[in-house]
Amino acid sequence: MSVEHHTAGGNGHAHADHGHHELPFWRKYIFSVDHKVIGIQYAVTALVFLFFGFSLMMLLRWQLAYPGQPLPVLGKLLGETAMPGGVMAPEFYNQLGAMHGTIMVFLGVVPLAVGGFGNFVVPLQIGAPDMAFPRLNMVSYWVFLPGCILMVCSFFADGGAAQSGWTSYPPLSDIAPPGQTMWCLAMVLIITSSLLGSINFIVTIVQLRAKGLTYWRLPFFVHAQLVTAFLLLLAFPPLEAATVMQLMDRLAGTSFFLPSGLVVSGEQLKAAGGGSPLLWQHLFWFLAHPEVYVLILPGMGIVAEVIANNTRKPLWGYRLLVYSVIFIGFMSFVVWAHHMFMTGMGTTMSTFFQTTTMIISIPSVVILTCFIMSLYGGNIRFTSPMLFATAFLPMFAIGGLTGLPLGLTASDIYLHDTFYVIGHFHYVVAPGTLFALFAGIYYWYPKATGRQLSDKLGKVHFWLSFVAINFVFMPMFFQGMAGLSRRLYDPTVYAHGRGVQALNVVISWGAWGLALAQLPFIVNFFMSLRAGARVAENPWHSTTLEWAAPSPPGHGNFLTEPVVYREPYEYSVPGKTKDYSPQFQAEG
Amino acid sequence: MDEKIYGWWLPPDVSVHGAKIDQLMSVLHWFMLLLFIGWGVFFVYCLVRFRARPGHVAVYTPVKGIATKYIEAFVVVVEIFLLFGLSTPVWLSYKNNVPDAKKALHVRLVAEQFAWNFQYPGKDGKFGKNDPSQISGDNPLGIDPEDPAGKDDLVTVNNLHVPANRPVIVDVSSKDVIHSFNIPVLRVKQDTIPGQLISVWFEATQTGHFELACAQLCGLGHYRMRGDVLIDTPEEFAKWQAENAPPPPGEPAAAAPEEKK
Repeated sequence: MSVEHHTAGGNGHAHADHGHHELPFWRKYIFSVDHKVIGIQYAVTALVFLFFGFSLMMLLRWQLAYPGQPLPVLGKLLGETAMPGGVMAPEFYNQLGAMHGTIMVFLGVVPLAVGGFGNFVVPLQIGAPDMAFPRLNMVSYWVFLPGCILMVCSFFADGGAAQSGWTSYPPLSDIAPPGQTMWCLAMVLIITSSLLGSINFIVTIVQLRAKGLTYWRLPFFVHAQLVTAFLLLLAFPPLEAATVMQLMDRLAGTSFFLPSGLVVSGEQLKAAGGGSPLLWQHLFWFLAHPEVYVLILPGMGIVAEVIANNTRKPLWGYRLLVYSVIFIGFMSFVVWAHHMFMTGMGTTMSTFFQTTTMIISIPSVVILTCFIMSLYGGNIRFTSPMLFATAFLPMFAIGGLTGLPLGLTASDIYLHDTFYVIGHFHYVVAPGTLFALFAGIYYWYPKATGRQLSDKLGKVHFWLSFVAINFVFMPMFFQGMAGLSRRLYDPTVYAHGRGVQALNVVISWGAWGLALAQLPFIVNFFMSLRAGARVAENPWHSTTLEWAAPSPPGHGNFLTEPVVYREPYEYSVPGKTKDYSPQFQAEG
Repeated sequence: MDEKIYGWWLPPDVSVHGAKIDQLMSVLHWFMLLLFIGWGVFFVYCLVRFRARPGHVAVYTPVKGIATKYIEAFVVVVEIFLLFGLSTPVWLSYKNNVPDAKKALHVRLVAEQFAWNFQYPGKDGKFGKNDPSQISGDNPLGIDPEDPAGKDDLVTVNNLHVPANRPVIVDVSSKDVIHSFNIPVLRVKQDTIPGQLISVWFEATQTGHFELACAQLCGLGHYRMRGDVLIDTPEEFAKWQAENAPPPPGEPAAAAPEEKK
C-alpha cells in the first residue's frame, strides 16, 4: 500500500511543491507525517487488533458453549496457568472478557474509524493537502502504538491481564493483579493519542477546507468526524484523570475509590480509605457514553457516503442529518448515568437520566429514517460497499431499539448487567459499525491503493458475515430476558442459565463461523494489492472531493488546487448527461 | 426447585411490584417490533423497487417527507408515553412506596467475594452492630460480640429465607468489591457497594425455591456467587427462625444453623 509519488501525467507533484527531495524509507513509511500513511498505519494496526480481540472472544466462547470442557489443541498451548488441563481457568475467562472489550473499543474500532478513515479521508474530502498539524498527527500514532503493545503485553504480567471488565470498576480493579496497572498505563497512552488527534481533526476541518467548500457543502462523513472529534476531545479527559487516580490508588497509597473498612479475603485492606467507588463510575461513564457515539458516528458517515453514491441520488434530509448528529453530540454528554441506574440512585437523578436517554434516541431515529428514505427513488447498485451499508440499517435499528428497555429505569431493573445489554451494544457496534467500516474499506480501498477489491469475494464475505453475525447476537436477547447475567464463567451454575444454555452453543458456533467468513476478505485484501483491477481517480463515479485526487494520491494529494462548485451529492441532476456532477468539476 | 419455569423469556414473576415491570417490557417489545417491521417492510420495498436495472433512473427531486414527519411524531409520542406514562410511575412507585418498617421483615446483607451473608435481627428486632474488625470465618458480618442487640441475631450464608405475603426490606452493602443482589423472579436488582448501605424492598406473592445471582463482576468467583432464596409460608418461616435462632447466653448450643457455608 505505497503512497506513490508518481501520478498520471504532469510533473507528479501537487500544487504545493515543498521543494524537498525524496524522503528516506523510515521517514516515508515509518515516521511519516503524511495523513495517508498515518491513516493506513492506524487502519492496519486496528485491523490486526480487531482480529486479535475477536480471537479472545472466540476462545472465551468455548467455555460458554462447553463449560468445564478441555479445549482441544489450543488448551495445552495456552499453558497451565490460563488453561489447567486444557480447561479454562475463571481468572483467564475474566481476562479474555475484559481485554476483548478494551481491545475492540480502544485498539480496534475507534482507531480504524477515526484514526484510519478519519485521517485518510477527511483531508482529501475537504480538498486539503494534509492535516493542519502533520507532525502532531505522527506523534498521535506513535503514542497510540506503544499503548497497544503495552496493553497486549499485560497478558504476560503476574496474575494475567486486566480482568475487571473493560469498565474496570473499583474496588475490584484497585485490588486486581498487576495486569490492571498495565491496562491503566496503556489507556493513558491511548487516550493521550486520541486527544492529540481530535484537536487536529477540528482545526483541519475548520481551517483547511477548499475554496467554495462551505460547511453546508461538506460531505456528511466530515460532519460526523467533526462531531466525533469534539466528543473525543471533551469526554476523554475525565477518564484519563480517573485512570491516573486508579494508578495512584494501586501504586501510591491513595484511596480515591476505596472506602474505609474494606475486608478482602478475611483481611482488613491496608488503605487510607474514605474514597468512593461511584466516583470512578461517574468519571468512566462520562467518557464511555460519548465514546459509544464515537463508535457509531464515523460509521454513519461512511454509510451516508456509500448510500448516496450507490443510489445515484442526493441524500434525503442532508441538513436534518447534520442537525441530528450535532444534537446527538450535545445530548451524549448528559445521559451517562443510565449505566448506573442500579447503584442506589435517587428518583430525581434517575428520572433526569431516563428522560435525556429517551431524548437522545430521537435523533438516532431521524438519522436512520433519513438513510432509509435515501433509498427511495434511487437507482440502487448493489456493490460490495453498498451491501454492507444497507445491512447496517436494519442492524443498527435492532441495536437502537433494544436500547429502549435498557434506558428506561423500570425495565432496566431486570435487564441491567444481563446478556440483553451485550446483545444491544453488539448489534450497534458489530453488524452496525463494523459493517459500516467494511463498507468504507471496500469503498475507499481503490483510492488508497489504486486497485479494486474483488466484488465477487466481497459478496461472499458479506453474505457469510451477515448470516453468522445474527446467529451470534440475536440469541443474546433471549438469554437476557431469561435473566442470565453477563461475565459468568459458567452460566450453568444457575437454573435460569441452564434454561438458555443451548443458545450458548448456537452463539459460539456462530462466532466461529463469523471468523471463517472473514477469510474471503483477508484473501481479497492482500490479493488485490497485487492483482486487483487498476483504477483511475473516480472508479465509483462519485461526487466528493477525494475522487479528484489520483488513486493513490501523491504527497500533497491534488494535482491542482481543488475548488468546490456545488453540494456534495449532486447525482442524477435533471438535464445532465452523466448521472453524477462532482463537487470539484466546473460546469460542463 | 422447579427448573421448568426457566425458558427463553421472562421467568414467572412472584413479586408484588413486578407485574408493572413485565407490562412495560411487553409494551416496549411490541412497540419495538412494530417499528422494526414497519421500517423493515419499507426498507425491503425500496431495495427491490429501486434496484438498478436497464432503463431505470434515480429521481433527483427528494420525496416530500410528510409521512415521515407523522411517523417521527408518532415515535416521539409513544416514547413520551413509555417514559412518563409507564416507566417513571412504575419506578417512582417502587422507590417511593417503601413498605411500613413496622410490618416488614428486615434483613441485612453484606456481600463478599464470593458469598452472600445475611443477618436477621432476633426477637428484639434490633440488628447487632457490624464492625469490620470483628469479621472472621465464624462471624462473616463482623457482628460486635459486645453489642447485646446482636446476641439473638441469626446469620445465614447464601441462604435467604423470607415469608410470602409480607414485605421484606433488605439493607445491602459489601465488605470488599461491588456485587449486585439480583433475584430474577422477584424483579429485584440492587448493586451492593462497599461503604454504602442501600435499601431494597420486595414482597413475594408465592412460596417456592428460587435463586439469587450476583449481577456485577466481582472477581474470579463471580460466577459461583449463587444463593438460595426460599420463600416460605408464614408458619414455615416462623418455624425456621425458631429452629435456627442462636441459643440464649448460658445454654448449650442447639443444632448448627442451617447451611453455614
